[in-house]
Amino acid sequence: MENLIGLLVAVPLFGAALLLCGGRRLDGKGPYIGTVLAAASFGIGAVLFADMLGRGEHDRALHSTVFSWIPVGGFRADVAFQLDQLSMTFVLLITGVGTLIHIYSIGYMAHDERRRRFFGYLNLFLAAMLLLVLADNYLLLYVGWEGVGLASYLLIGFWQHKPSAATAAKKAFIVNRVGDVGLSIAIMLMFTTFGSFAFAPVLAEADRAGEGKLTAIGLMLLLAACGKSAQVPLQSWLGDAMEGPTPVSALIHAATMVTAGVYLITRSGAIFNAAPDAQTAVVTVGAVTLLFGAIVGCAKDDIKKALAGSTMSQIGYMILAAGLGPIGYVFAIMHLVTHGFFKAGLFLGAGSVMHSMNDEVDMRKYGGLRRYMPITFVTFGLGYLAIIGFPGLSGFWSKDKIIEAAFAKGGTEGWILGGAALLGAAITAYYMTRVMLLTFFGEKRWVPDENGNEPHPHESPGSMTFPMIVLAFGSVLAGGLFSLNDAFVKWLEPVTGHSHGHSPLSAAAVTGGTVVVLVIGVALAWAQYGRQPVPRTAPRGSLLTRAARRDLLQDDFNHVVLVQPGQYLTRGLVYVDHKLVDGVVNGTAASVGGLSGRLRKLQNGYARTYAVSMFGGTAVLIAATLLMRAV
Amino acid sequence: MSPVYYLYLAALLFTIGAAGVLIRRNAIILFMCVELMLNACNLAFVAFSRLHGNLDGQIIAFFTMVVAAAEVVVGLAIIVTVFRSRHSASVDDASLMKL
Repeated sequence: MENLIGLLVAVPLFGAALLLCGGRRLDGKGPYIGTVLAAASFGIGAVLFADMLGRGEHDRALHSTVFSWIPVGGFRADVAFQLDQLSMTFVLLITGVGTLIHIYSIGYMAHDERRRRFFGYLNLFLAAMLLLVLADNYLLLYVGWEGVGLASYLLIGFWQHKPSAATAAKKAFIVNRVGDVGLSIAIMLMFTTFGSFAFAPVLAEADRAGEGKLTAIGLMLLLAACGKSAQVPLQSWLGDAMEGPTPVSALIHAATMVTAGVYLITRSGAIFNAAPDAQTAVVTVGAVTLLFGAIVGCAKDDIKKALAGSTMSQIGYMILAAGLGPIGYVFAIMHLVTHGFFKAGLFLGAGSVMHSMNDEVDMRKYGGLRRYMPITFVTFGLGYLAIIGFPGLSGFWSKDKIIEAAFAKGGTEGWILGGAALLGAAITAYYMTRVMLLTFFGEKRWVPDENGNEPHPHESPGSMTFPMIVLAFGSVLAGGLFSLNDAFVKWLEPVTGHSHGHSPLSAAAVTGGTVVVLVIGVALAWAQYGRQPVPRTAPRGSLLTRAARRDLLQDDFNHVVLVQPGQYLTRGLVYVDHKLVDGVVNGTAASVGGLSGRLRKLQNGYARTYAVSMFGGTAVLIAATLLMRAV
Repeated sequence: MSPVYYLYLAALLFTIGAAGVLIRRNAIILFMCVELMLNACNLAFVAFSRLHGNLDGQIIAFFTMVVAAAEVVVGLAIIVTVFRSRHSASVDDASLMKL
């Protein structure tokens, strides 16, 4: 069984190599090869899962060392995999949702000339993401971490002929790099503190290290998580990342890669448990981001950007839960999985809508689509009900638990965090209802473009609707199944630990509050977008709306605080280089040149000139000799 | 007759030779002026030899003649070659060696 773990990573990696190096011969079959290999990886994952279920609760973790990567003296880095319940959850999510999105892409990318390459990148992403969650040490995790960053870069910029896509890819890569620096510093700190960076020794000895060091490691890990998971203050790239093809947004920028930060924090739980200051930083980031993303999501008219704001906000919930410690880890991961289902489903639905509307993304130009695309409407609708936390659906179970855990943190902190989470739930209900109403309800608002092409909305092909239907089932059922008998808590508890905390509010009160804010959010959105007709061009809006449309000024902030000083610095350095360094070098050269130019004039080639100089020289010598003798 | 007059004559001849070298352009004339300067020196050597009553100066005069003869052989050969190739013996025309 251990050998299968390596195969899990190797299969999609082989697919990526085959598709990217295979050349044009594979253009036709490429999408199918990529999909089959992704499905094979899922199959292996399922076999491993069945095997794991067959064993006792405490010896479920599998370990496999593939080879020794860097053995130098006392330093040892292995390519080794560890498959425990936490990794298993991710493996099933990644390969499962990944396979569905491969299938979807067959239909979505059918008319793209470079689809072979697209599937190659998708397989590369799967391999890197699996490596990230299966690694048994932080260094190998870092390899996967960079790998998913690369795949994300390649896929955001997949339509590189569009300058906006190329720029968005660069932005995502650079912002992620800031986070990656945090991870590399954290790994170095671990090595100096524990002498190792394998999970087992580091996490086992975590509480023996000083709290200061653990706080430093925790904050660096948090920085890494902020970059990869688009949390404040490194959140600016996610909105622009929507330039990539929609299946990419669904897989990488909603369901899997952006949740890597949550995995990192949960995996490093032992470090955070022993560093309360770092935990406070984590919950602060989570709470701020969940409100930030939700507010941005309210103002966007671009359907994908509204969903991107929502993703940011939902990951904020997960980070918040992960920062709560053992009372939250399990629910962070549970929300991660349910979110993987419903958000991937929502993005695929958005892709389906765009596909039939000639790639129009402005929701103000949709309207009334429920009559034209019934399957998309129903699946999107179920995803919508799941994300707002409609009682009984997936999002309800997981989000409700997070809000409960936030209150259970205790003290003022608990009230603040719980309040923020509840407020976030209300805003979530508002903006998702807005998306739903603008897209599928009301009157049709699309008109022919200047070339007279009027969109003809139609249902998407089977390869696209099938994944949406499967994900809709997940959106409806997953949360309930996980909560049945606390199945998910029992499943993850041996890895992450779990405690209940003491909530000042009863579970029923929290659930009631969640439902109340949900109704308020939906009602507000209906009053604004359902009851009255929606204008085709967005009204100017309040100051907050305008700021939210500009992503709450995050780009302006980065521009003023980071980009401009950087530009001034480089300009200053260029000036110094030109004037000072080049000045000295060029000055020396010019003075030598000028002097030799003058000296050259003496060598005019006329014999008499040389003769005169000789006479002159001799005369001077004789005069000097005579003078010396006279003195 | 005082040998000092020979020295005056030597100085005069040397000056004429030097002026010729500096002023004239024809290589042959230049050459003759150089010879004139050399022989002015010889005259001075011989005069000093007589003046001081030892033979060193006279011996050096012979050396000078030998060196001058060798120089004439080489110099004239160069001048003839230059004249053949450029149809001119002007030293100003032969200024191609400058940069």
